[in-house]
Amino acid sequence: MNAAAISMGESPTRRALKRFFRHKLAVFGLVVVIAFVLMALLAPLIAPYDPLQTSWTRIRKPPSAEHWFGTDENGRDVLSRVIWGARASLMAGVISVLGALFIGVPLGLLAGLIGGWVDGLISRVADAMLSVPFLILAIALAAFLGPALENAMLAIAITASPVFVRLTRGMALDAKSTDWVEAARALGNPPWRIGLFHVLPNIIPPLLVQASLAIAEAIIAEASLSFLGLGQQPPAPSWGSMLNSAQRFLTQAPWLSIIPGLAIFVVVLAFNLVGDGLRDALDPRADRK
Amino acid sequence: MLGILDAISFRAEAGKTLAIVGESGCGKSVASLAIMGLLPENAEVSGSARLMGRDLLGMSTEERRALRGAEMAMIFQEPMTSLNPAFTAGEQVAEALRLHQRLDHDAAFKAAVAMLEKVRIPDAARRARQYPHQLSGGMRQRVMIAIALACRPKLLIADEPTTALDVTVQAQILALLDDLKRETGTAVILITHDLGVVADHADDVVVMYAGRVAEQARAADLFARPEHPYTVGLLGAAPAAGVRGERLASIEGTVPDLRAPPPGCRFAPRCPFAVARCAEGAPPLAEVAPGHFSACLRAPLDAMLGVAA
Repeated sequence: MNAAAISMGESPTRRALKRFFRHKLAVFGLVVVIAFVLMALLAPLIAPYDPLQTSWTRIRKPPSAEHWFGTDENGRDVLSRVIWGARASLMAGVISVLGALFIGVPLGLLAGLIGGWVDGLISRVADAMLSVPFLILAIALAAFLGPALENAMLAIAITASPVFVRLTRGMALDAKSTDWVEAARALGNPPWRIGLFHVLPNIIPPLLVQASLAIAEAIIAEASLSFLGLGQQPPAPSWGSMLNSAQRFLTQAPWLSIIPGLAIFVVVLAFNLVGDGLRDALDPRADRK
Repeated sequence: MLGILDAISFRAEAGKTLAIVGESGCGKSVASLAIMGLLPENAEVSGSARLMGRDLLGMSTEERRALRGAEMAMIFQEPMTSLNPAFTAGEQVAEALRLHQRLDHDAAFKAAVAMLEKVRIPDAARRARQYPHQLSGGMRQRVMIAIALACRPKLLIADEPTTALDVTVQAQILALLDDLKRETGTAVILITHDLGVVADHADDVVVMYAGRVAEQARAADLFARPEHPYTVGLLGAAPAAGVRGERLASIEGTVPDLRAPPPGCRFAPRCPFAVARCAEGAPPLAEVAPGHFSACLRAPLDAMLGVAA
């Protein structure tokens, strides 16, 4: 610990941020993520063409000055569709992970802090869900709910939640046996306050790391569901559905699959880099150095 | 079901310190957790515990919870881990006030700073904004004391509050507890295994052995005339040895396994004065002098001490 840290009340958050910004790859990932988010938000302003505008005279044209990323089988501008498609992918990633947190964290807290049959029930259901491969479960749920982007997001949220249940439960169990939780009980905190105001703030760091990695996974899941026709519905653009229609023209028009594929690759990589950076920055062991 | 504690009884008086002494595992902490109502749910507590005449064991968990922190408070052995790492010292003192006195955020924080000044934390306003990892062990224990005393409880249980601190800090913390006790009229139960601490800070003493009370007396009487062989042994084992002739330097053997306690007096297997009678039944806690109780069949021990030496 250095002198500066002692003299001012430096919060754990600030120190973690400092460490994060020293991590070059993570900062690079963050910049890429922000760039994609801006692109999605500003899609109407920066997309050169209407992503839905078809044209019979410009079908499957290779990249050119007019259409940087070429045109697709209906003559739509691929660049504009990738820009608009970022909305579906990022929204699916972020919203479904928020949903997974919203489902998983409270259940994990209940399981870890109450224990007994509540823990048994929640943990067994989570185990059962984890025993089915992620994508299979998401596909089954999405198929059950019907093909739509909202349903795909819901399916991904439900499928991703057991990971958060398990993570939260484990950390709540650890926290439960600490002296500071005992002290909080000795102070007369009701159990719900101990869960929300004492345990939860202490387990946010690992949840944050897990969430950033889960966003990457959710984006792939959304792309997969859309590829299978269970996510974003045509003609609305999404990277997954673009890949779906591109597969028929792999040899004739490779840019149709390369461009959305690259977009997915770059965004997922960026979220993973951010997640790794957060994990290093929030590592409690780093505090003692 | 494990019978940890057996027939213990004591009272703590306002503005005074009651020390509970005994070696590790004799049930000191269990007794204090039983009073606070912090034992695990599968623990069975019977008898009565009264705070200002109100029966603690008879009330609902919710009523009991409302008393914790407000009427009775506790400080723990490990100041390094007893504070929540995610909040500043001031926020944690303020929480006690918000919880029990319904102060709003700013008023509670101001009162918390005042409380930190009271436990003599220098530059309290700045310290209040620091996180536990930025405070030393002694400082953290002061914060714990501030939290415990924030709502002016009637009873403060200090479970080995200085064991984890170094000697100079120990003395400061205990002196602080003494001052605050006099100032606020709080009754203090001091749990310790350090007889030096008892001699300097306790008014009354309960000596526990293997879950039972061995001896109970005013501190001065206990040190002048120990009436239980176990107390004699403890005093002999303490660096400041007894005054009357030679004493036992250490106690042979180990604390009995409470899953299979010895019949009769639990200290008998290690007792140099044990006779056959000692194994027959638990010796009752008998008054050997006014206000001085000993659970030993052979008390008063005066006659024997010469023989053993």
